[in-house]
Amino acid sequence: MSEHAQRHYFVPQPSHWMIVGSFALLFMAGGAAMWFNGAELGRYAVLAGFALLVFMMVRWFGDVVRESEGGKYGKREDVSFRWGMSWFIFSEVMFFAAFFGALFYARVLSVPDLGGLTSRELLWPDFSGQWPSAGPAFKDPFSPMAAWGVPALNTLLLLSSGVTLTIAHFGMLEGNRAKLKLWLFLTIALGVTFLGFQMFEYHHAYSELNLKLSTGIYGTTFFMLTGFHGFHVTVGVIMLTTMLFRSFAGHFKPDHHFAFEAVAWYWHFVDVVWLLLFIFVYWL
Amino acid sequence: MSAVIDTHGHGHTDHDGHEHHPSGLMRWVTTTNHKDIGTMYLWFSFTMLLIGGVLALTIRAELFEPGLQIVNPEFFNQLTTMHGLIMVFGAIMPAFVGFANWQIPLMIGAPDMAFARMNNWSFWLLPVAALLLISSFFVPGGAPAAGWTIYAPLSLQMGPGMDLGIFALHIMGASSIMGSINIITTILNMRAPGMTLMKMPMFVWTWLITAYLLIAVMPVLAGAITMTLTDRHFGTSFFNAAGGGDPVMFQHIFWFFGHPEVYIMILPAFGIISQVIPAFARKPLFGYASMVYATSSIAILSFIVWAHHMFTVGLPTAGLLFFMYATMLIAVPTGVKVFNWLATMWQGSMTFETPMLFAVGFIFVFTMGGFTGLMLAIMPVDVQMQDTYYVVAHFHYVLVAGSLFAIFAGTYFWIPKWTGIMYDETLGKWHFWLSLVFFNVTFFPMHFLGLAGMPRRIPDYASQFTEFNQIASVGAFGFGLTQLLFLYIVLKCSVLRKGEKAPARPWEGADTLEWTHLPSPAPYHSFHEQPEVK
Repeated sequence: MSEHAQRHYFVPQPSHWMIVGSFALLFMAGGAAMWFNGAELGRYAVLAGFALLVFMMVRWFGDVVRESEGGKYGKREDVSFRWGMSWFIFSEVMFFAAFFGALFYARVLSVPDLGGLTSRELLWPDFSGQWPSAGPAFKDPFSPMAAWGVPALNTLLLLSSGVTLTIAHFGMLEGNRAKLKLWLFLTIALGVTFLGFQMFEYHHAYSELNLKLSTGIYGTTFFMLTGFHGFHVTVGVIMLTTMLFRSFAGHFKPDHHFAFEAVAWYWHFVDVVWLLLFIFVYWL
Repeated sequence: MSAVIDTHGHGHTDHDGHEHHPSGLMRWVTTTNHKDIGTMYLWFSFTMLLIGGVLALTIRAELFEPGLQIVNPEFFNQLTTMHGLIMVFGAIMPAFVGFANWQIPLMIGAPDMAFARMNNWSFWLLPVAALLLISSFFVPGGAPAAGWTIYAPLSLQMGPGMDLGIFALHIMGASSIMGSINIITTILNMRAPGMTLMKMPMFVWTWLITAYLLIAVMPVLAGAITMTLTDRHFGTSFFNAAGGGDPVMFQHIFWFFGHPEVYIMILPAFGIISQVIPAFARKPLFGYASMVYATSSIAILSFIVWAHHMFTVGLPTAGLLFFMYATMLIAVPTGVKVFNWLATMWQGSMTFETPMLFAVGFIFVFTMGGFTGLMLAIMPVDVQMQDTYYVVAHFHYVLVAGSLFAIFAGTYFWIPKWTGIMYDETLGKWHFWLSLVFFNVTFFPMHFLGLAGMPRRIPDYASQFTEFNQIASVGAFGFGLTQLLFLYIVLKCSVLRKGEKAPARPWEGADTLEWTHLPSPAPYHSFHEQPEVK
């Protein structure tokens, strides 16, 4: 409790950014509801809302960075941030769990059931219920995504990026800023390459494999799982880039850099999700 | 908007915070104070309670007699759906978060919540979500009408109102997750020195576990409704058997969220009751440690009982048996709690002020809801009662007489601390007795209706159900009007500021930090210096 004796817990002043964020989400949600139902105007509301959301995050997080660099945060605040990030990642785990649950449900229960005796004889005489499957009513032939091409390469890329990020962290801990910046940059490069390969893979799927989001349950689970993962990698790359800019701006100290660590935790989480994706979506 | 954006003069963050608090509306919009935010949560919740209540009374008016009188069947379905969504996500959950905001920092001796700005955003997402949800009434096709559970395939077939509902749920989910991260972090990191986990007040314990449940299952709901959204608009096949998916999968994912969700709505109620009963029995809570373990067991069990909502959907027998026995197991920790409350009162020197009346009323009526739950857990019995008014009676016994009565108990218990003014005891007692009587008049007949076979979610019914429905409708209007009395009692303390001035510790049996260390009303900034807990 020594830090308690030194100082009080930091409670921020009133701020305007939260209500800006609320309006941003109102525009995005209302706009998307219009857009998805054929009203073109909705698209502009979504874009405006998104721009507002980005603006809000830049300004809000800017405040947090200024407070952090201004020495407002001590050990106690640091512990709060650690708990906060841990529980946030736990919520992300549960989000992915829902989609993995859908994949396992389809592979273990719904598709074999549809190929089971009763359904097959009464409704779908030529449906086998074998995975990969796009369901009994899907007649358009497609090829599943093979694991040992680009996906295996992507696994290598993401795993390496975990290593490079750890080396960057060592650089941070040693106070070796050049090492920090170099390896952080390499991590971002690996992440961006991963995303490029992923886009190439999607293009390949749509143009050559006839594998689309609408390709039954296989296409659904493939694109939704890898898509949400890709979205998380994108967010991770943006956060890593922010850390790189902050490193160039002279932020962080060897003993005070939780923002960096939080991003590293997030990056490793995204990495682990990819391993599960590689095993259950691509490989098995 | 521009007036909101172009103010940025707050780089002077001196954390002592004596300067630059906006006044008027902007005080509430920009606040980072847990008491302001708690107050907003509670008023938001009460507003939603009234809106959801009006929907419920429209339902009861339609059901006053057989035949179609007031609304058409399509609109009736919108009413039941929106009543459920608004009450669950708009009224009950935000009310408990409001209690958490007000009470957790006070009860653990913390200066504020751990993430004060995020706390503000958790609240200010709710009006946005409510706006989206309620505006769905006015789009082509009307509001969501698939029931609050928005089962596929019905939810896949509806108009833009369903999309608005989905986005509203996404935003409320984000609000809940941020709120819960805040609550957990506050509890784990900001307790006063000396307050070990096993010295925390029960209310704090129940919220710690509730917040864990929320973080675990709100993302699962987000997943389920995202799948609904992509199935609706982007050609995916999650819930489409022709594409290899399964509508039943929606039910599994939804209830994996939904069952912990019902404990999310009752555990903080248990916490409030566990504060109120010892205060008015003038005895410490009996079996504190067992209360903690019982709450934790309920939380863990809540993850493995979800399919008891799906007994008639066609599950394998082994699954039915597992979920039946797992569900019945929950009666054990719940029973521990009820017996602990009774043992707390045993030989206590009890007085029955309004909070205690609601707490004791809670034990009676909630326990009845628990018993009907136990009956519904018996799979062969549930096959008869699935989707009848028996289920409606059951969950209103636990949600209204459980959660809502606890919210009333908590409000009467803490309003002297919040406003510095004692509530009107006579009116409070009237509120309790009228609520208790009208509640039972409304919902008790529904057991008979359900056992006799009246299905839920229908606007018309066979004439032999008429009498019980009329009794229920009369009770519902009585119950609804009674809540205006509650509004008046609260307004009298908070806005009109009429009534006796509250002492720092109006309840002699209450011994948590907010009573022993703070004046009434609690100052805007409290526990700047954390107290030492022995």
